[in-house]
Amino acid sequence: MADEITLEVARYRPGVDAEPVMQQYQVPLREHWAILDGLTYIKDQLDGTLSFRWSCRMGICGSCGMTVNGEPQLSCATFLTDYAPGPIRVEPLRNFPVIRDLVVDIDDFMTKLPTVKPWVIRDVDEPVEAGEYLQTPEELDDYKQFSMCLNCMLCYSACPVYSLDQDFIGPAAIALAQRYNLDSRDEGAEERRAVLTSPEGIWACTFVGECSAACPKGVDPAGAIQRYKLTAATQSIKELLMPRIKR
Amino acid sequence: MSVYQRPVKLFWWLEKRSYVIFVLRELSSVFIAWFVVFLLLLVNAIGDGAASYQTFVDWSGQWWVVAINVIAFLFVLLHTVTWFALAPRAMVIKMRGTRVPAQGVVAAHYLAWFVLSAVVAWVVLR
Amino acid sequence: MNHRRSPEPFLWMLFSSGGMVAALMVPILLFLFGIAIPLDLWSPAPAHLLAVLRNPITRLVLFGLCVLALFHWAHRFRYTLYDGLQLKRYAGPIVVLCYGGAVAGSVIAAALLATV
Repeated sequence: MADEITLEVARYRPGVDAEPVMQQYQVPLREHWAILDGLTYIKDQLDGTLSFRWSCRMGICGSCGMTVNGEPQLSCATFLTDYAPGPIRVEPLRNFPVIRDLVVDIDDFMTKLPTVKPWVIRDVDEPVEAGEYLQTPEELDDYKQFSMCLNCMLCYSACPVYSLDQDFIGPAAIALAQRYNLDSRDEGAEERRAVLTSPEGIWACTFVGECSAACPKGVDPAGAIQRYKLTAATQSIKELLMPRIKR
Repeated sequence: MSVYQRPVKLFWWLEKRSYVIFVLRELSSVFIAWFVVFLLLLVNAIGDGAASYQTFVDWSGQWWVVAINVIAFLFVLLHTVTWFALAPRAMVIKMRGTRVPAQGVVAAHYLAWFVLSAVVAWVVLR
Repeated sequence: MNHRRSPEPFLWMLFSSGGMVAALMVPILLFLFGIAIPLDLWSPAPAHLLAVLRNPITRLVLFGLCVLALFHWAHRFRYTLYDGLQLKRYAGPIVVLCYGGAVAGSVIAAALLATV
């Protein structure tokens, strides 16, 4: 194994650069180092001006999403040795405005997420004295996969529809809505419906499937979206044919 | 403070293999529409009698029509294969409380396809 | 709760049903009539084909296939133009071209299959 590997990192300094410029750094090629470790080494030892987001270093916080050799990845979950002998191209997460270097503006997602009401909604809240809401393991399985989302936004980066139309509500938001729609404790599916079935909701999705391929947690947002398309379409047809039936 | 927005190329889908396959899959719909046109021409030919049907068969036997139909057939197969592969993601079927595994759903589709094709072939060729 | 009635759910349902029907039925039909018979691998008698075609079940099945397959194409091709060629700004004409085409094709299919 070679001693070092080259990281080509996108640098963007607002007001100075018109567009990102690639800068090369030599970092030690250690067997257990992730891309994030390489970036940390750069910042500590080589170039303190490099900016990037990170937090948990273990693939659970969703902070360190970047484009590595053209693919959306968590920089803490991809290893230098996977790309040896390199060079490794590290760019900011695609489809988001770049604030500086590898830091992107995620306000779009942060604004969209609350619109799908990602929390348990009850028609009537049970009083605390009534005890916990009970749920069988089967009922948990119905939505568990969609609860694994870290909000890392790799799916938005992979989605061609989102790249063309930033109004598209996006894979993670819909998957998170489904996490609650399919939760046996939740009674709020009707409240989420308008946002999800708007033209920039599920109907803009063409099941490319790249979101699910990019997801580091196996959430399968594409599957969540397709299932909801069927649910919403079936409901619309029922309402058309039997308008008086109370949902 | 100026943010940077990476522009999207016109042919963005040429940049990645999975995107290319996706666009080919989407283009298969054009060949599905071509099949409908071809089918209606065939129906018209059959309805006009044996001579007109023979003329149609001769026309569709020309090398360029066969070429179009071979290409169309490949695209239609792409449609079927990708459709069946994605079917389990869109429908979650439960039998006796447990989810039917994805392979089961796919296998059921292929079985239906095989049976239906056999029935059609038998009806046409007997 | 009243939802602004959008045609999207119905169009998607047509696309989805059309995709399934097309996936199941088009390969064998295209193989038989587009490749095998023109290349003389088989030669069913025209009289037999006419008899099969005139059967009301055949007419119904073929009509359903044509309508659903055309609406499958219409919906998918519309989004291919939006995303593949970034033509969403021409959404109006594209919608007319695609779904209008599907309607026209369906009418032709109905006329042909009813009078064969």
